Amino acid sequence: MFANHKYIAFETIVIKEVRRFMRIWVQTLVPPAITIGLYFVIFGNLIGRRIGDMGGYNYMEFIVPGLIMMSVIQNSYSNVVSSFFSHKFQRSVEELLVSPVPNYIILSGFIAGGMARGLAVGVIVTALSLFFADLHIQHPLLTIAVVLLTSIVFSLAGFINALYANNFDDISIIPTFVLTPLIYLGGVFYSIQLLPPFWKIASVLNPIFYMVNTFRYGILGTSDVNIIWAFVILGVFCVVLYSGCIVLLRRGTGLRN
Amino acid sequence: MTIAISIKQLEKTYANGFHALKGISLEVEQGDFFALLGPNGAGKSTTIGVISTLVTKSGGSVEVFGRNVDTHIYQTKLDLGVVPQEINFSQFERVRDIVMTQAGYYGLPRQIAAERCEKYLRKLGLWEKRMERSRSLSGGMKRRLMIARALVHEPKLLILDEPTAGVDIELRRSMWEFLTEINRQGTTIILTTHYLEEAEQLCRNIAIIDEGEIIENTSMRKLLSELDSQVFILDSPAVVKGDLELAMENVQVRVVDEHSIEVTVAHGRNVNEVFSRLTELNIPISSMRNKTNRLEQLFVSRLNANEAKN
Repeated sequence: MFANHKYIAFETIVIKEVRRFMRIWVQTLVPPAITIGLYFVIFGNLIGRRIGDMGGYNYMEFIVPGLIMMSVIQNSYSNVVSSFFSHKFQRSVEELLVSPVPNYIILSGFIAGGMARGLAVGVIVTALSLFFADLHIQHPLLTIAVVLLTSIVFSLAGFINALYANNFDDISIIPTFVLTPLIYLGGVFYSIQLLPPFWKIASVLNPIFYMVNTFRYGILGTSDVNIIWAFVILGVFCVVLYSGCIVLLRRGTGLRN
Repeated sequence: MTIAISIKQLEKTYANGFHALKGISLEVEQGDFFALLGPNGAGKSTTIGVISTLVTKSGGSVEVFGRNVDTHIYQTKLDLGVVPQEINFSQFERVRDIVMTQAGYYGLPRQIAAERCEKYLRKLGLWEKRMERSRSLSGGMKRRLMIARALVHEPKLLILDEPTAGVDIELRRSMWEFLTEINRQGTTIILTTHYLEEAEQLCRNIAIIDEGEIIENTSMRKLLSELDSQVFILDSPAVVKGDLELAMENVQVRVVDEHSIEVTVAHGRNVNEVFSRLTELNIPISSMRNKTNRLEQLFVSRLNANEAKN
């Protein structure tokens, strides 16, 4: 396949993916905006006023980066896992498998689709947060880099989940029982300095903790983690998950008999 | 003559231990209209799955226009169009988007894709439905949409896995005409079907697969010539008596009811002689049909022979 043909195939997958989540925007874009809006009102505004400052910022300013990152993570993941599994379920994935599209283009297309939804929700939530807090982004390039890399990591993770999934339960187990606890324990709502020693160590083992804190550093300029170390972790996750996806696609795991 | 597809010693054993293909070998020439027939579970769809890379083979080799599907994966896929047995497009997308997306997967620029999309949707009578969601289409329309989708990149080899299943006879005939036309234009076609009349009408060569083995691989004409006899049902406006005798060698007659008779004519015997004899007996014939499809007779006899052998 020539490079321009590959580009057309990539573009086709991305357009199809974006069209899919835009077609069902009431299910894909509105619910996260409402959920995060409620977090802003209840945790940030009502409860946050009683909590006072955290990490040198008022509580609302402290949780905004974490909530934006939470929405990006959840939506990048859920877009890829639900879309690719639905392709498997309806067998429309066969359209792709019989075509000459290389595996890395298939993967890149779905990852780009996941990123598109994750970032679209991220932008909506950011716009919503401006009603509750004044955001002055301290390190714009770093902020963009970390949000892009995080979106890639969770889109890749969603892809692997979709490959192994055999039914609709399988695509909700990981988000419910793994992703949500990791996000909530990843420093979205509190600083690690508040935790007892055991939970401090446990938090350090949570990759989402690095992503949330690096994003917070990009916006507020304050963080509980070493930023360079956080980017190394993100890079390693990207490489490992991408390689895993390619190996699984080549083997035909969950796709070919 | 160029070989469109060459299958050698193809084996497939599924994870549950089911031995679906037991070393089948097959060749289809370029430009052929080839029937791959067999009962349910014989291995037809597995063979198509292996050719289209949806099923991983356990052994053997497949070449499409001289290129091995394992080593020349992209070129062989470009040459191949597949219409699967089951509906496999998104039920939520529009008809036009389904075909355009498939064109995109093959790297077709948007303008060419749009032209081809219109061409095939028009030819298959779906152009008026192009903006409708695919789930709203009838069963026959969904089958035609899969054919349009498989043709949008204009493959040299088209594989159709029961394309007319569940399609009414009028629509089936229009699909036959369409397939005959694209075959005449040079597209090699491999067809699996349970409608043996369809295979007899369309295909020049045939293979019968049973329990993962090829039990017959020959030309349609040669196969049909092997029939020992043919059974016809003749209808007459006159009343036929129950004790009718034709007194002809190699011809048996049986009265079905007072206006129909069943005549078994041995291979090589001229049917006109039967008509002449009936006319002599004042039994005019108003219509005539085969009791069973000729290919069906052979198909069943081959399967029975294979069962007896095993």
